Amino acid sequence: MKEVLIYKGYERFWHWSQAALIIFLAVTGFEVHGSYTFFGYENAVVYHRYAALGLIVLILFTAFWHFITGEWKQYKPTPQFVKEQIEYYLLGIFKNAPHPTKKTVLSKLNPLQKLAYFGLMVVIIPLLVITGILYLFYRMPSAANMNPLNLTNLEPIAILHTIGAYLLVMFVIGHLYLITTGHTIFTNLKAMITGYEEIEEDDDHHKKEEKKV
Amino acid sequence: MRNSFLTVVIFAVVVSATYFYLKSPDIVQTKLEVLKENYSKTRDKKPVDHSKFEVLQKQFSSPQEVVKTCMSCHNEVHKELLDSPHFRWQRPVYENGRGVTYLGKANAINNFCIGVQGSEVSCNKCHASFGEDEAMLAMDGNAENIDCLVCHDNSATYLKGNNMNGYPDKSVDLSLVAKSVGTPTRDNCGVCHFFGGGGNNVKHGDLEKAQFHTTKEIDVHMADNGGNLICIDCHTTENHNIKGRLFTIESSNTNRVSCTDCHTELPHESMVLNEHTVKVACQTCHIPTYAKVNSVNTDWDWSTAGKLDKDGKPFEVEDSLGDHIYKSIKGTFKYARNKKPDYIWFNGTAEHYLLGDKISEKETLLVMNKMNGSYNDEFSQIIPVNIHYTKQPFDPVTRMLIQPKLAALKKGEGAYWQDFDWIKASEKGMEAAGLPFSGKLDWFNTVSYWPINHMVAPKENSLQCVDCHNSENSRLAGLNDFYMPARDKYELVDTLGNLMILLTIAGVLAHGSLRFYFAKKQK
Repeated sequence: MKEVLIYKGYERFWHWSQAALIIFLAVTGFEVHGSYTFFGYENAVVYHRYAALGLIVLILFTAFWHFITGEWKQYKPTPQFVKEQIEYYLLGIFKNAPHPTKKTVLSKLNPLQKLAYFGLMVVIIPLLVITGILYLFYRMPSAANMNPLNLTNLEPIAILHTIGAYLLVMFVIGHLYLITTGHTIFTNLKAMITGYEEIEEDDDHHKKEEKKV
Repeated sequence: MRNSFLTVVIFAVVVSATYFYLKSPDIVQTKLEVLKENYSKTRDKKPVDHSKFEVLQKQFSSPQEVVKTCMSCHNEVHKELLDSPHFRWQRPVYENGRGVTYLGKANAINNFCIGVQGSEVSCNKCHASFGEDEAMLAMDGNAENIDCLVCHDNSATYLKGNNMNGYPDKSVDLSLVAKSVGTPTRDNCGVCHFFGGGGNNVKHGDLEKAQFHTTKEIDVHMADNGGNLICIDCHTTENHNIKGRLFTIESSNTNRVSCTDCHTELPHESMVLNEHTVKVACQTCHIPTYAKVNSVNTDWDWSTAGKLDKDGKPFEVEDSLGDHIYKSIKGTFKYARNKKPDYIWFNGTAEHYLLGDKISEKETLLVMNKMNGSYNDEFSQIIPVNIHYTKQPFDPVTRMLIQPKLAALKKGEGAYWQDFDWIKASEKGMEAAGLPFSGKLDWFNTVSYWPINHMVAPKENSLQCVDCHNSENSRLAGLNDFYMPARDKYELVDTLGNLMILLTIAGVLAHGSLRFYFAKKQK
């Protein structure tokens, strides 16, 4: 075992600020949706708008960072080991079997994680951001020509945005649980806080995977 | 070092003090209050004192004599009056399906006391003329019969008599009134407009005698301790053309009074609220309740009228608030006080049922004034209204609403309020209106919409977001042609969404428990 920097400073900043924004957006968003009263309706609307703008800026910066550093490749889904990874979560994990793939600096996501984050980034987040922007700039029919998109109905926008929100809540719940499936329950959490994680030395079992990357 | 530190501290204190001084709403409020007070003072100054005019230093024997004296100086102004809606009881409008037409009390029919024809002796109490002869529409009417005094008396003693065909009450000292004349006050307008429909606040709900002198809680604009505005401050008047429309007897989106005549288009600090003004009229949030002091009539059933007491005399029944629930001459009433308005879309145009229109067979509830508008209409806003339901006389053969003759000076002229005979009253009334009557009488349900524009509340009492944005008891629950956050939900999405979240949690818990179980077992 050796301790390596697996999450760089920017990635940790991104992860935690995005986590905070998403949770805040969910709390304010479901209040706007009418699910409960917490901040007060007007506050919830205003906070939700500012947090949404914050998240969009963060996403733009992060996309830029990923393309400049080439780290985006980490999220490229691959069919390899998906089956093994599913089998691990369904069976191996209970028998204390080893993880089917090895975490390395160059490949820190397992195949299912890649799929899940890829889905998050190409489906859920864009769905929420696009419908969110339309929601934000929706100006009611024609509105003295203030509405450049000339949207006439908020309903489909609002419904799609709500669907995105439910999917994201499900993702967060799953995510919070799955981070406990590391070497120990807190390994992954600690890594995302400090950036460092002890990862296994090379051995035969993972050679194949290593080459592929 | 020490000096520069001190400088920075002082600078910071000055900047923040200035900032908070400018930002403090209390300061802004105070400035506005001062402006309002100054305005009220300047308004009381008059450029002319009529009491000093020689021609007015005499005893007048008739109101016409006073008017002739007015016209000895104001020698052209009667032409404006003869053409004004206050005299003609109608004005030209554009109405869908009718084109350019005349509309007003002269040819509209309402669902309160129904209409003027046949009952002029009583109704003319609120017509700016003396006598019956100068019928409405009389462009060439006798100018001496224009009642200048009812609007321009500043002595607060002028009073038109009951059933006197628009003539002043015998008690009026015309000489005193003539010397007092000036621009109209709240009293002049209110004496008719507060009592429409046969009693205080019966018709409007937001215009009533309490507003002669009131407080900010009732009406921020008219309050003695607020803006202290009088009617013509907003209903500005030029050449006797008074700004403002009431769409129970108006249909064109012109010459209207608007909040933005005085207030800015972006009156809120919050842009979210400013955006609402595209689709929500100011009145909707700023008049949370109306009929705040006295009740407004919401339901009128003419069909129960005519019960007489054992002496054969008409009688009245009042409820605990002093509102009439039954009158032999008028039927059964429902009243409401401190009422939350109903809300409708409105684009500034309306269509009306007019005297002589035939009601289609399909109709079960006749809309007297159809207010046009919808969410998708770019000119429409949500406005508050009082909705007034009535069951009123109807001729099932001609399918017209009946205009009965209600008032007369004595029995035997066919007036319902004297003789209590609907058939005779209908014959006489329809004859006066120049319309046929088959001799058969039935009842028809009608509804009219009365926009609520007055009794604006102090801003602290305005509606809050959740008054509309909630799914339980949204004020806009009745407006269903658009999606509104928090009020509207797509049930399937919420049900499935919640179910999926529960399943995710259940799955996570099950998986976690199994892990925990096997981990223990392996130890």
